[in-house]
Amino acid sequence: MSHDHSHEEGSALSDTALRVKALESLLVEKGYVDPAALDQLIDIYENKVGPRNGAAVIARAWVDPEFKVRLLEDATNCIKEFGFEGRQGEHMEVKENTPQIHNMVVCTLCSCYPWPVLGLPPVWYKAAPYRSRAVSEPRAVLGEFGVKLGDDVEVRVWDSTAELRYLILPMRPENTEDLSEEELALLVSRDSMIGTGIALTEAPS
Amino acid sequence: MNGGQDLGGKHGLGPINPEANEPVFHGEWEERVFALTVAMGFCGEWNIDAARFARENRDPADYIKASYYHVWLYGLLALLRERELLLDGELESGVAQETRPAKNQPKAEEVLSKLKLGGSCLRETSGVPEFSVGDKITAKNISPKTHTRLPAYTRGKTGIVSAVNGCFVFPDSNAQFYGEDPKYCYSVRFEGNELWGPDAEPNSCVYLDMWEPYLDRA
Repeated sequence: MSHDHSHEEGSALSDTALRVKALESLLVEKGYVDPAALDQLIDIYENKVGPRNGAAVIARAWVDPEFKVRLLEDATNCIKEFGFEGRQGEHMEVKENTPQIHNMVVCTLCSCYPWPVLGLPPVWYKAAPYRSRAVSEPRAVLGEFGVKLGDDVEVRVWDSTAELRYLILPMRPENTEDLSEEELALLVSRDSMIGTGIALTEAPS
Repeated sequence: MNGGQDLGGKHGLGPINPEANEPVFHGEWEERVFALTVAMGFCGEWNIDAARFARENRDPADYIKASYYHVWLYGLLALLRERELLLDGELESGVAQETRPAKNQPKAEEVLSKLKLGGSCLRETSGVPEFSVGDKITAKNISPKTHTRLPAYTRGKTGIVSAVNGCFVFPDSNAQFYGEDPKYCYSVRFEGNELWGPDAEPNSCVYLDMWEPYLDRA
C-alpha cells in the first residue's frame, strides 16, 4: 500500500492520521459511532463491493439480448436482480457504447459514482484534473487512458450532477463468441464501465 | 457556491495520472475517515446535500489542493461542529465534553441493511413538468453563495431536454435545511461548441441532470 500519492506530504499524513484517531476516539466515547460498524463499513467497500459486481451485469447484457433491453430501460431494477442496490446506486442509468457513440461518466462537482456496481471511486476520478477536463476535452482525456476515437464517433459525457448514477455498457470485444458469461465478465474492466476504457480482449492474468 | 468544487472546464490542473493497481484506501486514516463519514451520516443529523456543502464551503485553493479524504475530513468536522456534536478544543485536547446524543446511532449489525436500503431522493411527483423531451432550454445564469448543483460551465448555455426523470429532492433547499422541496429533474444535452465555443473538441456533448428551477425555456 502506497502512502505517498501525489496529494500527500509525509508530515501532513502523520498529522492527519493522529487527528483522525483522536476524532474517532471522541465520537466513540460520545456514543455516536460503533467501532464495529466502522470496521464493517471498511470491510464491505474494501473486500465485498467493487467493479466485479458491475462486470457481472455487463457480461449478462452481452449474452442476453432481452436482459440488455431491460437494463437500458430500467437499470435500477435489473441491477437489483443481482443483489446490487442501495447507497449511491438508488437511481441507476446504463448507457451503451456503440461504434458511433462513446459514453463516459464524470462528476465535476464532487465524486458521484455508482457504488453498488463499481465500489468506491479511484483517486483520479475524484481529483481535479479528471473532473475539470472530462467535460471540456473528453477526447484528450480518453487519449491519456489509451482510448483513441475518430472524429466520426460522438463522445457523450455524463456529468453526474444529481442523484442518478451512470454505468457504461462497453462494446463486447470481437471473437468472444465461445466465452461463457463468467469468462466474459473478466474482460469487463472498471474503466470500461466508467467509459474511460474499453473492454479487454484477454482476461488479466 | 462558486467554489473550488465547481471544476468543469477549468484549465491548468494537469494530467489524469491513474495509479496502477490502486488500493481502495491509501492508508488506515482514509479508511477511518470514510467509515466515520458514512456512519455519522446514518445518524440523520444532516443530509447528503448539507454534507456536500460542508466539503465545498472553504477557500477554493485549499479545496483543490486537498486529497479527497482530506476534503471529507474537513466536511465531517465542519458538520460535527455546526451541529454541536464536537465542541471547540475537544479534538485538540482529546478530552470529550458532554454533548447531546445524536439522533440515531446505528449498530454494526444494521450497517449492511442500511447500505442496501440506501437513501432515495426521488419523491412523489407534484404538478406537471414544465418541460418535455425535445424542449430547448437555457440554464439560468445565477450565482448563489450557498449549495447548488448547477455547474458554472452551463450557466447561460442552451441545451435540449433528453429525459424527464421525476421529482427529486432539491439540493439548493435541502442543503440549507429549508426542506426537501422536490422539483422535476431533467437530463439535458449541451453540445460541446455551445459550452466551449470554437475551442470545443469535435463531435462531443455533455449531458447533465438539472432541476427545473435551474432552467428557462429558450
